[in-house]
Amino acid sequence: MLLVLGRRLANIIPTMLAVVALVFLLFSVLPGSFISGMNEDGRSTIDPAVMERMRKEMGLDDPLVERFAKYVAATATGDLGTSFRTREPVTKMLAVRIWPSLKLVLAAMTFAILVGVTLGFLAALKPGSLIDTAAMVGAISGLSLSQFWFGLMLMYLFALKLQWLPSFGYGDGGLRNLILPAVALGVGPMALLARTTRAAVLDVLNADFVRTARSKGMSERRVVEWHVLRNALVLVITIVGLQFGSLMGQAVVVEKLFAWPGVGSLMVDSVFQRDMPTVQGCILMIVLFFLVINTLVDLAYVVIDPRIRYR
Amino acid sequence: MMRKLAWLAVAAIAVIGAGTANAQQTPRKGGTLRMTAPYAASFGSLDPHVTPRAQDDIVGKALQRSLYNWDTAANKLSLELAKSVSVSADGLTYTYKLRDDAFFHNGRKMTADDVIFSFTRIMDGSKGYPGARYVRLIKGAVDVEKGTAKEIAGLKKIDDFTLEMTITDRVDPGYYFFGGSTAILPKEEVEKGNYASNPVGLGPFKFKEHIPGSRVSMERFDKFYKTGQPYLDKLEVLIMAEAAARDVAFRNKEIDTSILGPAQYVAYRADPQLSKGILEVAEMFTRSMHMNLGSIKPFQDKRVRQAINYAIDSNLIISRLVKDKAYRATSWLPPSSAAFDKTMKPYPYDPEKAKKLLAEAGYPNGFEFEWTTSQNESWGLPIVEAVIPMLARVGIKAKPKLVEVTVLTELLMKGDHQALIASSLTGPDSLATLRCYYSKTPRTACNYTGFNNADFDKLLDDAAQEGDMAKRDEILKKANNLLYDEAPVWFFNYNKAVLAFQPWVHGLQPNPTEITHQYPENIWVDASSPAK
Repeated sequence: MLLVLGRRLANIIPTMLAVVALVFLLFSVLPGSFISGMNEDGRSTIDPAVMERMRKEMGLDDPLVERFAKYVAATATGDLGTSFRTREPVTKMLAVRIWPSLKLVLAAMTFAILVGVTLGFLAALKPGSLIDTAAMVGAISGLSLSQFWFGLMLMYLFALKLQWLPSFGYGDGGLRNLILPAVALGVGPMALLARTTRAAVLDVLNADFVRTARSKGMSERRVVEWHVLRNALVLVITIVGLQFGSLMGQAVVVEKLFAWPGVGSLMVDSVFQRDMPTVQGCILMIVLFFLVINTLVDLAYVVIDPRIRYR
Repeated sequence: MMRKLAWLAVAAIAVIGAGTANAQQTPRKGGTLRMTAPYAASFGSLDPHVTPRAQDDIVGKALQRSLYNWDTAANKLSLELAKSVSVSADGLTYTYKLRDDAFFHNGRKMTADDVIFSFTRIMDGSKGYPGARYVRLIKGAVDVEKGTAKEIAGLKKIDDFTLEMTITDRVDPGYYFFGGSTAILPKEEVEKGNYASNPVGLGPFKFKEHIPGSRVSMERFDKFYKTGQPYLDKLEVLIMAEAAARDVAFRNKEIDTSILGPAQYVAYRADPQLSKGILEVAEMFTRSMHMNLGSIKPFQDKRVRQAINYAIDSNLIISRLVKDKAYRATSWLPPSSAAFDKTMKPYPYDPEKAKKLLAEAGYPNGFEFEWTTSQNESWGLPIVEAVIPMLARVGIKAKPKLVEVTVLTELLMKGDHQALIASSLTGPDSLATLRCYYSKTPRTACNYTGFNNADFDKLLDDAAQEGDMAKRDEILKKANNLLYDEAPVWFFNYNKAVLAFQPWVHGLQPNPTEITHQYPENIWVDASSPAK
């Protein structure tokens, strides 16, 4: 197990390096610069002399290779650079954004797992029933919903009409402000999990070893608990892991809509304003999160199904 | 068109009237105001010297103060941190009697040293502080920027509350020192090194909390120098970049003010309740299509440029596409400018005249050009797509080229375009605004069309030499009119900024420099406000 963990962690380093190189290169060829982004749709004017000073201060006039080398060297020491926009260390900016993001992603995933896995499981146990049809209609709708539109509908219903919850903002960081963005973000993974769970459980229900268990006279409840659930979980956990890992990156739309102060909204703002160090920092954070979650999922396989071994 | 102008005047009077009506009520002390910051999903910085952004200045108006401010009621600049100013005969030396009752939020009284410190900091040559473009007006500031001097020679402390400032051009320094990027900061707080996390200013509200990406909370500063102000106990500036989300929050009474886009403007105007709380102003932003005079030959001919202005039915576009959330541009300077000529009439929609002018210029069959645009709903691709068939009717073929909005300014500066539609800041300094068409102004500064006209240059030179501001405005009026005749741009519209406010909010100001930039010491909420 430790060997597996060591190998997985070692893989993270080249992946991160590749991501750093790709992002750096992309932003180098992208038209527009931080300084032109300061124009704010014509709201501000930029003085050429100030522009020149800014370029110098931010090292934008240095050759690309030199800038990249400096960036990689600094990143290796945990220094993600200084934001062009705020002139604060990117690590400091990320530090205040990471917890709201994690909170949102965790809440969204909790919602997705609780609702999605339950629905999928119930649907698989009674295929063709009303609950199966309803669950799958819900799942397909959930997969095709736009987060933006669904979020607005949630706001409209639960904030404006029912007055149960606040429509936006972080508030005191409590549950009341978290529910709507978490549901808006979690509806997609929920739908995917419902479909996957249904397919996985149906697959296992028809497997030979389940038939054997039943023929031995094992109760249906015991069959489900001992054989079906455990075996179906491997596929479900794969989807949970993938969704969980990518959810932080997907949260951009929801964070902006609900004015949730996470990494996603910081990233989208920084992209529009070409604040390259911050964008790189956000992407690195999201990729790291994805890789860590996937490593944890790999380890979880071994725990759930001892037949799985990594070479 | 006269009807439009009359309507514009009536709207302005109505707005000012509403403000007066509010002022006649006795302001109530206490309560919380929840304003919104709509231009981005975060603030850039709470250090005002670091950021030139309109988004950040929303908070800046509450926390910070500069030498001057914009007096909306009088539609002009006024002294803020000084009680009086005297000007030397040559118009270059200003002696300010600073306020002796202005305290920073740390309890220390502001002195002339703070002004000198702040301006010197802005000129630090190793930093790209945006306010340097303004402070450079002061004699010797450039030397500090270059590192050849440590002090700005043109700033002299006479005593703690008297400051002498020598400038290099005969301009009104108010235009240079009223924005947040030249705010006066306390040295001891800046030198702590964490100023952006704990800003200490001279404004009516002191900093309480910043949740990046969510909100800035502030509370009343009791030692603010304006007696009895501010009225509010608390002020919250909530980041809300999504218009649809702002709409829900406003209707749900979770926020007290909200900027409206064209679609919401229509809906709010149609709603009997919401329509009672709308503040409108012609902001100092002119939307136009810049013709790059050096790019293609037809644009070098004034008749062609005029023909384009005649060929486009701007009123139709404003009413149908922009949903009347704009005022028709009748020149480059906006109506709130002192040098705006109220008798000016916009180019009428006259395709026949456009065809005639094109034929006279040698283009009876028209010509073709590439039109660079962003996706902006009020001055981007939707507008370009509406104009293309109008131009086609007179034989001009425009090919749209879509770019991201961040790229527009870069293209303008490089001159890497044939025509480009954009929104430009056109105030409040009329002289500086018109200098964007001065032949010696480089393209990188703002002469985006490459305009070069000796008569125009002469008028601007005369205006710069004129010490009498009223006479200067008259000269600038002529320059603006000449520019209108030369038509280096298609004059499209002035932004109509629309701020929706809840019925319990009073004292909002129709600030034409930026409607979200409210001086919050004037605002109060009545007892019906639901905010605690």
